[in-house]
Amino acid sequence: MNFLDQYRNPEMVRRLADRIHQRSTRPVRLMEFCGGHTVAIMKNGIRQLVPPQVQLLSGPGCPVCVTATADLNKAIGLARLPEVIVVTFGDLLKVPGSDTSLEKVRAEGGDVRVVYSVQDALGIAQKDPEKSVVFIGIGFETTAPTIAASILEAERRGMSNYYVLSLHKLCPPVMKALLDSKEVRLDGIICPGHVSTIIGSRPYEFISRDYGIACVVSGFEPLDILQCIEMLVKQIESGQPKVENAYPRAVRPEGNKEALKIMESVFEVSNANWRGLGEVADSGLRLKDEYRAFDAEEAFEISQRSVSDPEGCICGEILRGIKTPLDCKLFGKGCLPDHPVGPCMVSSEGSCAAYFQYGATSHER
Amino acid sequence: MCLAVPTLVKKIDGQEAEVETGGVTRRISIVITPEVKVGDYVLVHTGYAITVMSGDEARESLRQLTELAEFM
Amino acid sequence: MKDKILLAHGSGGRLSHDLVEKHLVSILNNPLLCKLDDSATFEIFGRVAFTTDSYVVHPIFFSGGDIGKLAVCGTVNDLSMSGAVPLYLSLSLIIEEGFFMDELNRIMVSIQTAAEEAGIKVITGDTKVVNRGNADKVFINTAGIGLVPEGVDISGSNARLGDKIILSGPIGDHGMAILSQREGLNFETSLKSDCAPLNGLVAEMIEVSKEIRCLRDPTRGGLASTLNELADKSKVGIRIEEARVPVNEAVQAGCEFLGFDPLYLANEGKLVAVISPEETEAVLARMRRHKYGAQSEVIGEIVPEHPGRVVMTTRFGTSRIIDMLTGELLPRIC
Repeated sequence: MNFLDQYRNPEMVRRLADRIHQRSTRPVRLMEFCGGHTVAIMKNGIRQLVPPQVQLLSGPGCPVCVTATADLNKAIGLARLPEVIVVTFGDLLKVPGSDTSLEKVRAEGGDVRVVYSVQDALGIAQKDPEKSVVFIGIGFETTAPTIAASILEAERRGMSNYYVLSLHKLCPPVMKALLDSKEVRLDGIICPGHVSTIIGSRPYEFISRDYGIACVVSGFEPLDILQCIEMLVKQIESGQPKVENAYPRAVRPEGNKEALKIMESVFEVSNANWRGLGEVADSGLRLKDEYRAFDAEEAFEISQRSVSDPEGCICGEILRGIKTPLDCKLFGKGCLPDHPVGPCMVSSEGSCAAYFQYGATSHER
Repeated sequence: MCLAVPTLVKKIDGQEAEVETGGVTRRISIVITPEVKVGDYVLVHTGYAITVMSGDEARESLRQLTELAEFM
Repeated sequence: MKDKILLAHGSGGRLSHDLVEKHLVSILNNPLLCKLDDSATFEIFGRVAFTTDSYVVHPIFFSGGDIGKLAVCGTVNDLSMSGAVPLYLSLSLIIEEGFFMDELNRIMVSIQTAAEEAGIKVITGDTKVVNRGNADKVFINTAGIGLVPEGVDISGSNARLGDKIILSGPIGDHGMAILSQREGLNFETSLKSDCAPLNGLVAEMIEVSKEIRCLRDPTRGGLASTLNELADKSKVGIRIEEARVPVNEAVQAGCEFLGFDPLYLANEGKLVAVISPEETEAVLARMRRHKYGAQSEVIGEIVPEHPGRVVMTTRFGTSRIIDMLTGELLPRIC
């Protein structure tokens, strides 16, 4: 069973694309919520395969991009503390805060380490008990259970020098906020595949029920995404929006119960700050009272000064789906992957970076 | 999205498993997928198996896709 | 107790002398070096190619090679990419205090083995020892000299419209082999670095055709960055086909894990050649008979569109821009 090859079969991709061309009779606006989908769409040139009236918009689904500047400043502030080792996923390293980035703080002597897994952060903390190790917890429901598991593991091992700065975000609440803002008109949503492995496909039901918008959970291979688009177009054409699952090999309706249990035992739902969207009710995760000892916000003095986003940068509007990177004056000029102004140009999942790296044809660029 | 890759579970050792894909082997945590068995495929995200893949579902969805693509 | 490098090994006194005589010169052993004068002297006639590079790879021993083999092959390959026949190497070692003597010996044997294969001689060198912490085990600098055969004019700015692009084999083996042994990324793979001297392959290619316009070895930054350099230097557009770029399964799998693209992984035994369309078949056939070119493929061509840019036709017939590598390669979650 070689999954990947079959889902990358060029002949199948071509046929499915033809099928979408046949089905599609009117303009539709679909949002891929997830940054991983944005990358897969750009990398495989999927916009060139679907009919022009099928418009694909990018949503606020890149965990790095939606991290508020104020929250980045907290991570940067922690990295400047001499007794602290800041441990992070590589994605966050270059994102500019108000005046600097973790990468630059590291060059100035701050102890910032990049890991592949939060388990490595536990390892670092165990190896260096004199130091405080703070893991910068970014990510959606996919990543949050793994961070929760690391906290349970730290508790089990009796570790007192491991902390998490919880900047986790939740998908369904921000989808609701986006739709309630009425800034962007959508016909369908390509629902995030790996978030859905954890939460299942049921949490999206309110979207088709209350907002009349088609929802299909998608995987990340070219065939997955085309199948999802085909299902969305079919739903929209038939006027019967519902939640469907185009990724049943990985996603069950109820999600991953064990992961949810672990996540809910450590975290509780809180308000969260999103870049571009501001504070969104019940869209974040904070440590529960019984795990406060692991909360970096409790353990360290972190400045809470308010900040504004960089001038000229329209990441916020791009994340809300109301503008595209091509609308930004800075895109490809003042803002480049080497010298990013806003986070959407930093993360490889960010819309701007994806447009810049993969945007191939003139109509895309 | 978060990057996740389907891999084959070769060995289970408590809360850890050895997984393999394309000749690359690594150890991952199965703490959030305790139901996993040797021979299953799992999606691995940042060193954790986040879901057990369903071979039956995969075959079924591929079959549907093939039908869909051929029904022109 | 295993013997270690002491600061005194770099002091210029008796220990330094012993280190050079017993551990370096005895292995590299050739008449020009053995004179041990302050500089090596030799006669040379013709167009000279001259290059230098420093090697700071971590880990220093990796699957398929080590820092010594890398230092020789890297410099030999840089010479070869101008079509030159490599002749002589210099070798400078910066060693961290406390480095194991037997590891140094292993590296020296590996340098000599690679130099013999490439037919190049180390004729001058230097050794410094620095305080613990001021270097990471051992750093190596090499410079190389070679002779460019008459009538050979190979340069990154020579690509012309219609030329074909040949890649000498699967990409990313070196980068992925190194990554698999990095702390924190630990994964197991049977993958080996492709580290190899390419002068033999290049000599055969030149024998077949004088119409080789550009040669580059896609080291750091990978195939993507090399192609961008060629497009930029020659002011031409490059189009490659995804389906024709060979990638080993283990490299592909490692990339899926870490969120990397094989196009950006380093190679140490591959070359990219831009060749006139008439000569491409002959050169390709000859390359495929060589052990370091057995999996050579024509991966694309020079096109009139988008000068200075590299565009790839995907497996699905769509197009995407291939940009230079930006920043460092980091494992990512998203």
